[in-house]
Amino acid sequence: MPVSVTSSKLIYDALKACDVKIISALPETWLVHLIRMADEDPDMTLVRIAKEEEAIGISAGAHLAGVNSALLMQNHGFLAAINPIVSLALLYKIPLLMLISYRGHMGEKDPWQTQGGMVTEPILRALNIPTWHLNNPGDIDRRLKDAQTLAHASLHPVAVLLSRELMWED
Amino acid sequence: MLRADALQAIYPELEDRIVVTIMGAVAVELYMLGHRHNFFYLEHAMGLASSMGLGIALSLPEQKVIVLDGDGSLLMNLGTLSTMARYRPDNLLHIVFDNESLLSVGGFPTATGTGTDLAGIARASGVPQVMEANTCESLKDAVTQALAGNILATIVSKVEAVGPKSFYMDLPLLENRFQFKRCLEKMRRA
Repeated sequence: MPVSVTSSKLIYDALKACDVKIISALPETWLVHLIRMADEDPDMTLVRIAKEEEAIGISAGAHLAGVNSALLMQNHGFLAAINPIVSLALLYKIPLLMLISYRGHMGEKDPWQTQGGMVTEPILRALNIPTWHLNNPGDIDRRLKDAQTLAHASLHPVAVLLSRELMWED
Repeated sequence: MLRADALQAIYPELEDRIVVTIMGAVAVELYMLGHRHNFFYLEHAMGLASSMGLGIALSLPEQKVIVLDGDGSLLMNLGTLSTMARYRPDNLLHIVFDNESLLSVGGFPTATGTGTDLAGIARASGVPQVMEANTCESLKDAVTQALAGNILATIVSKVEAVGPKSFYMDLPLLENRFQFKRCLEKMRRA
C-alpha cells in the first residue's frame, strides 16, 4: 500500500512533540500507518471510534480534563461530525486539533471520494475553522505545533488537511 | 418513578463526582437539586455526553465519572456503547434514564416505547456490567454497586415522561464550561 510511512512517522512524531496523549481515529487508507503507530505506542491512548461524532465528545472531555488530544479522520468523517463541531466545540469553545485526510482532491481516482473533496474547504470556511494544508514533509513539525497553539489560544477547532502529495507515494 | 425523584435518591453519590449530563430535563432537574462545579450540562450535541464522559474517564483514571444519559440521546449515538465497551474504563458509570420519549421537544415517542431494549443493546455491545433499576431504591443500590465495582457499568432506569415546568438555568454555558474545567484541574492536582 503506497501510503507514505515517512510522512506518517513525521506527523506522528510532531503529534508527540505537541504532547498529544489521546488520539481518536476511524480507519481510512491514508491514516493506516498513523493509527498503527498510535496503537503500538504504550504512552498513547488510541480510541477507535464507531463514528467521527464521538471523537468530538472524546476530545472535548479530554480538553476539560486537561489532556491534549488529536483527531484523525477522513474528510467524509469531518462531514459526519459537523453537528458536534458546531453544537459542542464551537458552542463551548473547545479547541480541536483535527488532522483530516484530504480525499477527493487533485489526483483522486476514486469517483466516490470526489464530492466530499469538493465541499471540504468551503465547509471549513463556512465554519470559520482555520486550516493548514500539509503538502511538504518539511512543514509538518512547525504547522502542527502552530495549529495546536492557535487552537488553544483561540479555544477553537483547527484543521490540518493532509494532502495526497504528502500521504500517497504513487 | 419520576426522574426528579431518582436523581434526588442518587444525588449523594453524584455530589462529589464528575458528572456529565445530557440537555433538557435531566440537566435542569440535577441543577435544581444543587449545582456543583463538578457537574457539566451538555446543552446540545445530543448523544455525546457519553463520549465526553469517556474522554474524561480516560484522561483522569483516578476519578469516577458519571454520565446521565437519556433514551433519545443514546439512540442518536448507539456506537458509543461499543466504543465504551471496547476501552471499558473502570472509572466510568453510564446511567440512562429511559422515559420512552423525546420529552424536552414535545414528548414524541422514541423506539424504546415500541420495544427497543437499551440494556440489551448495552449488553450485546460488550458493556461488562449492565443493570436495570426501575425504582429509586434499586437505582440507588445499583449506583452504589457500580461505583464500588471498578468496572464499566451501564444502568438503565425507566422513568415517567414528566419534566420540569421550566428549562431555565441561571448558568451560562461558558460559565459552566470554565468552572468545570477548573474543577477538574483541581481534582487532577489533588
